[in-house]
Amino acid sequence: MGYQGRFRVWRGDADGGELRDFTVEVNEGEVVLDVVHRIQATQAPDLAVRWNCKAGKCGSCSAEINGRPRLLCMTRMSVFTESETVTVTPMRAFPVIRDLVTDVSFNYEKAREVPSFSPPEDLAPGDYRMSQVDVARSQEFRKCIECFLCQDTCHVVRDHEENKASFAGPRFLMRVAELEMHPLDTADRVDAAQSAHGLGMCNITKCCTEVCPEHIKITDNALIPMKERVADRRYDPVVWLGDKIFRRR
Amino acid sequence: MTAGQDARGRAEIGARTLRTDRWWLQSALTAAALGAFVVYATFRAFANTAYYSAPYVSPFYSPCLAANCLPGSGELHLVGQWWTLSPALLILVFPLGFRMTCYYYRKAYYRAFWASPPACAVAEPHARYSGETRFPLILNNAHRYFFYAGLVFNVILTYDAVIAFRDADGEWGHAGLGTLVLLANAALLWLYSLSCHSCRHVVGGRLKHFSRHPLRYRAWTWVSKLNGHHMRWAWLSLFSVAFADLYVSLVASGTITDPRFF
Amino acid sequence: MPELERHEFDVLVIGAGGAGLRAAIEAREHGVRTAVVCKSLFGKAHTVMAEGGIAAAMGNANASDDWRVHFRDTMRGGKFLNNWRMAELHAREAPDRVWELETYGALFDRTADGRISQRNFGGHEYPRLAHVGDRTGLELIRSLQQKVVSLQQEDFARTGDHESALRVFAECTVTDLLLDGDRIAGAFGYWRESGRFVLFTAPAVILATGGIGKSFKVTSNSWEYTGDGHALALRAGASLINMEFVQFHPTGMVWPPSVKGILVTESVRGDGGVLRNSEGSRFMFGYVPSVFKDKYADDEAEADRWYADPENNRRPPELLPRDEVARAINSEVKAGRGSEHGGVFLDVSTRLPAEEIERRLPSMHHQFKELADVDITAEPMEVGPTCHYVMGGVEVDPDTAASSVPGLFAAGEVSGGMHGSNRLGGNSLSDLLVFGRRAGAGAAEYVRTLTTRPVPPEQALAAAEHTALVPFSGASGENPYTLHVELQQAMNDLVGIIRTAGEMERALERLAELRRRAEAVTVEGHRQFNPGWHLALDLRNMLLVSECVARAALLRTESRGGHTRDDHPRMDPDWRRTLLVCRATADGVTVTEQPQVPIRDDLLALFEHTELQKYLTGDELTGRSGTGS
Repeated sequence: MGYQGRFRVWRGDADGGELRDFTVEVNEGEVVLDVVHRIQATQAPDLAVRWNCKAGKCGSCSAEINGRPRLLCMTRMSVFTESETVTVTPMRAFPVIRDLVTDVSFNYEKAREVPSFSPPEDLAPGDYRMSQVDVARSQEFRKCIECFLCQDTCHVVRDHEENKASFAGPRFLMRVAELEMHPLDTADRVDAAQSAHGLGMCNITKCCTEVCPEHIKITDNALIPMKERVADRRYDPVVWLGDKIFRRR
Repeated sequence: MTAGQDARGRAEIGARTLRTDRWWLQSALTAAALGAFVVYATFRAFANTAYYSAPYVSPFYSPCLAANCLPGSGELHLVGQWWTLSPALLILVFPLGFRMTCYYYRKAYYRAFWASPPACAVAEPHARYSGETRFPLILNNAHRYFFYAGLVFNVILTYDAVIAFRDADGEWGHAGLGTLVLLANAALLWLYSLSCHSCRHVVGGRLKHFSRHPLRYRAWTWVSKLNGHHMRWAWLSLFSVAFADLYVSLVASGTITDPRFF
Repeated sequence: MPELERHEFDVLVIGAGGAGLRAAIEAREHGVRTAVVCKSLFGKAHTVMAEGGIAAAMGNANASDDWRVHFRDTMRGGKFLNNWRMAELHAREAPDRVWELETYGALFDRTADGRISQRNFGGHEYPRLAHVGDRTGLELIRSLQQKVVSLQQEDFARTGDHESALRVFAECTVTDLLLDGDRIAGAFGYWRESGRFVLFTAPAVILATGGIGKSFKVTSNSWEYTGDGHALALRAGASLINMEFVQFHPTGMVWPPSVKGILVTESVRGDGGVLRNSEGSRFMFGYVPSVFKDKYADDEAEADRWYADPENNRRPPELLPRDEVARAINSEVKAGRGSEHGGVFLDVSTRLPAEEIERRLPSMHHQFKELADVDITAEPMEVGPTCHYVMGGVEVDPDTAASSVPGLFAAGEVSGGMHGSNRLGGNSLSDLLVFGRRAGAGAAEYVRTLTTRPVPPEQALAAAEHTALVPFSGASGENPYTLHVELQQAMNDLVGIIRTAGEMERALERLAELRRRAEAVTVEGHRQFNPGWHLALDLRNMLLVSECVARAALLRTESRGGHTRDDHPRMDPDWRRTLLVCRATADGVTVTEQPQVPIRDDLLALFEHTELQKYLTGDELTGRSGTGS
């Protein structure tokens, strides 16, 4: 049943830090967050970790386990062998605050840069009519729990701090796609996707989709469809001409 | 190494990655497979031999448009006697372009050849990165045109598979192993093309209201299902093209004889 | 205090869940400068855990539904102890609040004609819950969050500053409210990240801090639910009502131990899931109380027919209000008919095809697959009761959400009265929206009528800072984590789902002891993101609020809703007319009785006389013979 597990947890802050070794009890059915809490309760009471719901619904406990971006609360200990050392580090794309806690304000800034939902002005609340097939695409994106693991893993910003200014990241490009596909949104978001939010930086290498704990098909269903819409507008002379002639949108 | 993961303010971890699995394996396999195809395809495209053995024509050489095509391999000689190189070189740009700009292959070669990134959460070895915002990678936005061209090729290769039901003398009612090979290749090419992301966009993805276009919605649903396995169709059709060519060349060079079913 | 960071606002909202955000939006739209303070990151509040839906009588699924039916269901669910005015406002306004969410960008599941789809839920007569799969809370919090962002974008366009009218302070904990005389003057807190103190000067404070579940061992609540708002209100001089009523949700996960208590949505039952004991029997048929006999099916055949034909059949007893189902499960387990891990079986796999389950209950499917290795499309889940919600809270004016302390408002779970002795599923999200909005408007209006602005006295700041730093100077070596575990165990064992006088007396002794030890709690390290310190401060609130629960529960000698006394198993109409009110004293809390305001006649007339007889006393019924039949 229970065993003594070996852990390496990064401890430190913006000025520096290191991986510290812990040997700690692990019981059947536990997740990594349980073990981190046990370290906190028994060995390192000031170990900083951000968490909340512990059920994979709030997206607070994002970190990296054995180098892979994951939710601490949804990573079961049973995926590791008993002799394996489990390494837990903070997300590496964001500034660290302390131990496993990072400063994710980048994401909140990017959220502000996406213009909000704009329904038709003459539509009264209660009169919204939308078909299920029309809302289904955006509903998939609204499953997002904003854990920011996709933002963390995306090499565009993870490996290139300087790109943060011009690139919204998968989460917020997906937000643009969500609004673009919203059946009642009236704003034109295609040009801004490329110019303001940096869609062209994405090279569709799908790491965002791989890490998404909600299994949202970010690349196939949000990013590529947006790239195709941008292509309609900017890179497709035939569609461009057709739009001019038939004045359609 | 890069200014990325260890940028100021981030956790000072140092290691390029802390992944403990064999993260390099997938990229290595991709690089090996794509590399092998490129080498084989280049060799065969320039070879200019053993691409036709009635009724089979290699997909690398179809449609055969030059005057120097082997007799019977193509009827429409759009390019005159002045062309002395392999006729494959006239047409390969289209299927090649389709695959080069394909959303799946882009992922594959960005990861496997350009290491951008080599694997998820593994630092890439480049100091700068501009994605697909500049020449030449911005040309990948032309994917849909290669998709249209790809459809034309699919029609031609399907025609090739159909006429492989004729024997060497042009009589219907023949089928050999080669017929099956060409047929399978054509089918896989259709699956690959129809599962393409541009196709998905064109048939319905670009609509804001599916409910107003029920037929296009049905088509989109169908293409979306195929699209979920785009990677599989990309690989299978790549192998099948190479294999079809190899089979034709072996038959044409007399290395093997085509088993005939009827 | 040179290092103290100071901010000034008109309205300060504590808590960024559904109620807090809706209040903040309303206050900002009334043109007052507003701030929201929350313990977690923006958008992570416990509201995301709500799964089933938002109850609102829109009548999309059944045109017979209207606010009166919803009002009746709510009062029945709360065993008529509800503040009837709140229940009325709630039922009347919930549809508008849901439609409003659509203007913020929410995307609910749709009916065939494009309206908002509504699903069945326990205690609701008609399908009434607007939902998005089983992640409705996430949709609600995200829509409100995005509305906040859109208001900030408008403010940016106007002033060049996103935060000029509405600002969010995330990962910031309020430890004390500050009074100027008897009026609210602001709040004192600390940044979790840096441990630095911060002062918010504000004449109006809206508490929207949620519940108290973290005082119990088995709970569906997140770490934030430490009763902060309840305790802040008590210490500021406000009163709490109904604290003895704690809802145990009938279905929480029971295995593996590390996820024990995590919620299994009621939608599983609403969509056809049935409860069975270890003998394979659908035991709920044996637990339909007499007040509900005519509304629930007697046998499996009728219950099964109801799913297809609700007009001509009575509902399955799995859909009884939560208190009934939780008690039934508890009894089954105690009688030795429980599952291997001390729960019962909840099975939806035999009712719906796998694909349909994955579509309707995606996050349940995901949760069981990832955390328990159980495929709910093929096998039953093991479930048992889990502490879920506190019906009690700050006593407020129904129309404005104002407490008895001038400038102090409360909305959502931290307020009391709306749900009476037991809350119906789905009524929480609508409660957040209806009363969040009313609190925002009430606070803005209050600020507008002020002639002088209250000022937080400097000595109160010094005292608040001193209190917050005490754990660093503790020498006893008491570990906050250990104390917390002991508190949770005591509350779970002694003030849990079934209560007796003796146990509650023991609980009060335990609480007194824990409180003494907590005064000497010691934390290590420094103030920067130190969870040990955070817990030590939260413990103060949990202990205070737990005492309210235990004291009130000891006094109420009847069983009603979320309060079950083994030694007083009957519901007593006399007790219906009495509320128990908690107030803070120098060394704890006192609980006093207070008469309940009689229900307005036109609302009473919505019920049949025979039904009222089950709840009301003879006195209350005399002179009312003309109504009903």
